[in-house]
Amino acid sequence: MTGIEAHVQQPYKYGFVTDIESEVVPAGLNEDVIRLISAKKGEPDWMLDWRLKAYRNWLKMSEPHWPNVKYGPIDYQAISYYAAPKQKPKLESLDQVDPKLVATFEKLGIPIEEQKRLSGVAVDAVFDSVSVATTFQAELAKYGVIFMPISQAIREHADLVQQYLGTVVPANDNFFAALNSAVFTDGSFVYVPKGVRCPLELSTYFRINASSTGQFERTLIIAEEGSYVSYLEGCSAPMRDEHQLHAAVVELVALDRATIKYSTIQNWYPGDEEGRGGIYNFVTKRGKCAGVNSKISWTQVETGSAITWKYPGCILQGDNSIGEFYSVAVTSHKQQADTGTKMIHLGKNTRSTIVSKGISAGRGQNTYRGLVKIMKGAEGARNYSQCDSMLIGDKCGAHTFPYIDVRNSTAIMEHEASTSKIGEDQIFYLRQRGLSSEDAVSMIVNGFCKEVFKELPMEFAVEATRLLGISLEGSVG
Amino acid sequence: MAKGKVLLEVKGLRAAVAGNEILKGVDLTIRDGEVHAIMGPNGSGKSTLAQVLAGHPAYTVLAGGATYEGKDLLDMKPEDRARAGVFLAFQYPVEIRGITNSYFLRSALNSLRRERGEPELDPIDFLQFLEQKLKSIGWDDSMMNRPVNEGFSGGEKKRNEILQLAVLEPRLAILDETDSGLDIDALKTVAEAVNQLRDPKRSFLIVTHYQRLLNYITPDVVHVLADGRIVKSGGPELAHELEAKGYDWLRDAAMVS
Repeated sequence: MTGIEAHVQQPYKYGFVTDIESEVVPAGLNEDVIRLISAKKGEPDWMLDWRLKAYRNWLKMSEPHWPNVKYGPIDYQAISYYAAPKQKPKLESLDQVDPKLVATFEKLGIPIEEQKRLSGVAVDAVFDSVSVATTFQAELAKYGVIFMPISQAIREHADLVQQYLGTVVPANDNFFAALNSAVFTDGSFVYVPKGVRCPLELSTYFRINASSTGQFERTLIIAEEGSYVSYLEGCSAPMRDEHQLHAAVVELVALDRATIKYSTIQNWYPGDEEGRGGIYNFVTKRGKCAGVNSKISWTQVETGSAITWKYPGCILQGDNSIGEFYSVAVTSHKQQADTGTKMIHLGKNTRSTIVSKGISAGRGQNTYRGLVKIMKGAEGARNYSQCDSMLIGDKCGAHTFPYIDVRNSTAIMEHEASTSKIGEDQIFYLRQRGLSSEDAVSMIVNGFCKEVFKELPMEFAVEATRLLGISLEGSVG
Repeated sequence: MAKGKVLLEVKGLRAAVAGNEILKGVDLTIRDGEVHAIMGPNGSGKSTLAQVLAGHPAYTVLAGGATYEGKDLLDMKPEDRARAGVFLAFQYPVEIRGITNSYFLRSALNSLRRERGEPELDPIDFLQFLEQKLKSIGWDDSMMNRPVNEGFSGGEKKRNEILQLAVLEPRLAILDETDSGLDIDALKTVAEAVNQLRDPKRSFLIVTHYQRLLNYITPDVVHVLADGRIVKSGGPELAHELEAKGYDWLRDAAMVS
């Protein structure tokens, strides 16, 4: 089995550091730091007040320890809450972005230069605490689609931000959401007007570069009546011996008949074989299907981070609204993941689908945790859940905690679960047909994840299969 | 009939699984184009012989050897044996979720073609190739877009093994109890396909517990394996004798000798 494990535990390919002069706020968190962040972003007073209120709430909260993960105490005063590469304060065009930053994103496969851009994908590139470039903004504006760093939106579209910020994930929702609300730096803002089908895939790439910093991004996506948007996020970080905190908040709002498709490829540095270093990925993501016949679909491929703690969920408020969650979570080395979803059914005839694939290798621990809640008024609600775990080797673990809370007797719930182990016999069968053992593992893992990969936009399906060391051919088509 | 070149030569092969010695000195020579049947009671080591020749890592070779096309077979990795033309039709084929039969077959075929320095087949060329193959054995393509063996009946799984054999065109095809669990119609279908695939450049080693498969596939040589050794070899008539008398008389003979 060592061959199989070695294959799953490939070296991290994005661990380089960009040598760039950064402005880093000294470590520590207090109201002055928050005022400083707010000032650096040129924020209006209401935003600062919102942050301070969140901070004061956070002080009263304690770090949650119910997830099935183990880690040492986090010193919140040892983290720097703001780091930004030094560059011209006002960029006339993307061509003025520091070439080092351009090269960094290029190396990550995210070209931001005009001539090299990915066709069909608009990208917001976030480096530490700031957005350094957002492509296709002008083109999108022709359709009335707003796609910009959230710090810019706070200044330029205050009405929209004020109307929706914190309405899906309140500032005091949980410890990490409160922390994020106090200190969030950048992230993306998307607004798709009524009846518009966003002509491009929107994408944000998050890169942590500076050491001893945390990244606290905030993303807000609003899809007006009858609109459609597909949004992708990717991320990576250098290899460092220290743990770095990444506590993001993502809020989605889908109004009547709107659809939001949100895909994540999470590839933060996972730490080394002994569990040294790696990102603590403590994230709150939630979407509200506020309108009738609206739909929110989450797809995530979680391969990185030392610890992942996230439950992208849907509040199905509008009648006939649909929530979906498709997840592949991989833990190898000493990685730990406690991830899943929450589907809260409020409206009539609301439907939700959950497909979770957990893969554990090395000494990885993989937990699925999900809540399906059918409220009293959710007449005719339906849920289908499927949780599959795959074990590679004999030192890893898979755990499943499905919570089901049904308060309406017309609800129909289905839950399927399976645990399998990649066995010698399976590998041997494929090798007997001429495949190398690496290709054999790839094929088995790829087949296991297929139901999730097929939900990803094409560009990301490629990335996802590659990340798992899998050839493209199997997953697509 | 002029004898073909020696393809596989097994000498004094002893092998164990989980510390138990199963093969206790097997000698076997298979020439080009020959069909050999290995019969024997349960636990005699028939399937072990098949697995050892294919290179299953759970089995340990204790002594003896096997050459294939003059090369040390036991020194080769399982995938290298496959690429050199050794094919095992499994007694218990595994399921592979989410991977279609057609994709799996193409991946396998292309890994053999790469080895032989031939260009890989793209999906369209492969489909044409596959259609011809299916036609030659008189089967349809109903299994092609289903995940490998998933939800297949026992008979479908065995048929699928023979289809892989047809597509991969091995030089040495080892059939491990392909007949077990098949009803008479399925047995005939499989046997007909195997007969279609008989070729002067292809040899077969057919492992079976019962004689009935050999009613449809006439072997050149029949061996009886008992307690890890080949205790008797003969022509096709030996299979009929075994059917009539059972295995006990041979086992007794083996004890005496």
